Amino acid sequence: MAVFKKLVRSACGAHVPHNKNTENLETVKMPVPAKVRIPMSMHIGAPAKMVVKKGDEVKVGTVLGEAGGFISAPVHSSVSGKVVGTEEILLPNGNKTQAVVIETDGEQTVCECVKAPEVTDHASFVAAIKASGLVGLGGAGFPSGVKLDPQNLSEVNTLCINAAECEPYITADYREMMECGEDVVEGAKLVKEYLELSKVIIGIEKNKPAAIAKMKELCKGLEGFTVCELPSVYPQGAEKTLIETATGLEVPQGALPSAVGCIVMNVASVGFVARYMKTGMPLVTKRLTVDGDAVAEPKNVEVVIGASTADVIEFCGGYKEEAGKIISGGPMMGAAVMNDQLPVMKQNNAILVFGKKAAKAAPASACIRCGRCVEACPMGLSPVEIALALNAKDAEEIKALSVDLCMACGSCSFVCPAKRPVAQTMAEAKDFVRKAAN
Amino acid sequence: MNNMKLTVSAAPHITGKDSSRSIMLDVIIAMIPALIAAGVIFSYRAVILTAVTVVSCVVFEYVWNKLMKKEQTVGDLSAVVTGMLLAFNMPSTLPYWMAVVGAAFAILMVKQLFGGIGYNFANPAITARIILATSFAGAMTNFTHPTQSIDAIAAATPLAANAAGAFAEGGAPYMTMFLGMHGGVLGETSALALLIGFVYLLIKKVISPAIPVTYVATVAVLAVLFGQDPLVHVLGGGLLLGAIFMATDYVTSPYTLKGKIVFGLGLGLITMMIRVFGTMTEGVSYAILLMNLFVPYINQLTRQKPLGAPKKVKEAK
Repeated sequence: MAVFKKLVRSACGAHVPHNKNTENLETVKMPVPAKVRIPMSMHIGAPAKMVVKKGDEVKVGTVLGEAGGFISAPVHSSVSGKVVGTEEILLPNGNKTQAVVIETDGEQTVCECVKAPEVTDHASFVAAIKASGLVGLGGAGFPSGVKLDPQNLSEVNTLCINAAECEPYITADYREMMECGEDVVEGAKLVKEYLELSKVIIGIEKNKPAAIAKMKELCKGLEGFTVCELPSVYPQGAEKTLIETATGLEVPQGALPSAVGCIVMNVASVGFVARYMKTGMPLVTKRLTVDGDAVAEPKNVEVVIGASTADVIEFCGGYKEEAGKIISGGPMMGAAVMNDQLPVMKQNNAILVFGKKAAKAAPASACIRCGRCVEACPMGLSPVEIALALNAKDAEEIKALSVDLCMACGSCSFVCPAKRPVAQTMAEAKDFVRKAAN
Repeated sequence: MNNMKLTVSAAPHITGKDSSRSIMLDVIIAMIPALIAAGVIFSYRAVILTAVTVVSCVVFEYVWNKLMKKEQTVGDLSAVVTGMLLAFNMPSTLPYWMAVVGAAFAILMVKQLFGGIGYNFANPAITARIILATSFAGAMTNFTHPTQSIDAIAAATPLAANAAGAFAEGGAPYMTMFLGMHGGVLGETSALALLIGFVYLLIKKVISPAIPVTYVATVAVLAVLFGQDPLVHVLGGGLLLGAIFMATDYVTSPYTLKGKIVFGLGLGLITMMIRVFGTMTEGVSYAILLMNLFVPYINQLTRQKPLGAPKKVKEAK
């Protein structure tokens, strides 16, 4: 059977090193820094519209920006203090966004507006989630309020909770399960209830046996809840891969997971849902894994959103050696940042700091057509042929090779023995098709 | 800290351990048992001949890159692999100058003229072997007497002996064929040594077993269908050398598992057509060269079905 499946699509993924050095380090709270900068765009979609101005007093939970469109999310203050101005911030993806700069007073007074929402049905549930500012915490940052309100709600029957945490180094989701496993189950129950789902599947990679055991224990006796052990191969946490492994269903090309009756949420997002419904405290802190060979004391930290990367690294003992590369996110899909001034954002889950030596990329050589990228691609694409078609500037051929399915997981670049930046070439090919269509 | 000098590059920020060089090194290691076997069976001249082809291949590649002002690529060790494979395809008695001519064909004509590593449409060693066999037919089939041998197959390959009817009585000497104490080109005779290399390549995940297994199985099945001894066909000629080390060459074999199986089937079919119906006793090198030419088409026709992609519907005309 396995061989037969491989004939259709090998989808081997990449055997990345796990490096979960921080898995047993309990989350520590980082003290509130003197100044935070909170960007208006920490999600996919329209940036939030700023509703505060210089001189305004703000408290924890005060709305700084309202959702700027249907696909958008509000932004809240993570601290109490005074707005001292705005600043333009260059995001790792190249976009610029406005950020509210707040000088903190250290009191962390909670805003009067923070109170548990009243939820009675699907509509009020979605409204509450939208107001909470929740976005996909796994890294993509898609507004959760939009995700939980699919057009074909009646056809959706399964909540897939993504707890694969397949990126090397990162253990933030693992800590979420170990420290807040009850919240995860509670949040899943709420989503299941208000979306009238029948199944909840929690997908966890096999390299986290303690989390699997804990979640299995917590799910005992709950109707429709299952824990799915995923093979320990990158990228099990990719949405479509997770759905296929957990349910056996293939999300059609160009469609959303709801097309096969699934909604996928990151485990930390689900845990947040439960906490928000209890307290009404919007998304203002984030659990991050700080690791890498150039950081003195790797840690799992809970950080107020808007704290700068430098503040976080300072809290983790500072630089052990001169930093050569700082990655916001994991080493497979995270973005290398230009300096340590970027604020911590909602969708961040790790800050990795590497020394000069680790930052040095191996030189790329000629493609030897080994086909390892084809074998690894979790989506069953043929990166080598897409690269050749791009070289030939053949937009039709690139399109025929389904480059639109590429999710930039980086497996192809990882396995390439010639050390070619294959994933980057796939992004170029996508862009080429887009431009050729215009 | 705004004066930090950070590397900003596209994700992913880590890569796997294997490099083109480490893969080539693994292939070289996998060929060592066969080289040792050749030294034992055909005496030291086999080893010297291998050294001559390896050095010439590396020198030709080095000089070409220098003359063409291209990036130096000898460090990837692919020229060493080509050199060893080329020697493995020569009888130990071949004059050294002919070996050098073969190396020039392999590296300059088949590999570099088409753009160097990754761009050659056919396997350099196989193509050079064919060029040598057509140019110097006598020298290329002048199989020496192994140090120990059974008379009937001393100076010819068992495959040729079989074709001539030598094994009609008493059956073929399977153990001799398995160990390789018989005539043939350097690298092909010892099945044992080749299989050790094969196992090493599989363990190191350098090659997939798909091509060698389908190729050898196809040959064996067709031999049975044609009423011939399948073991003679598998062990008696260049099949194992070709299936393990030449047909699995990355550049000139298909990408997908499906493609590899089609490739192996084609190789087996062509090999047996030549062996059974052709005038030549051996068909491995021509089969590989022919199938090399089909690789782009096989790749096109045996693509994977991307996750979620619609099933191919035939367009209405």
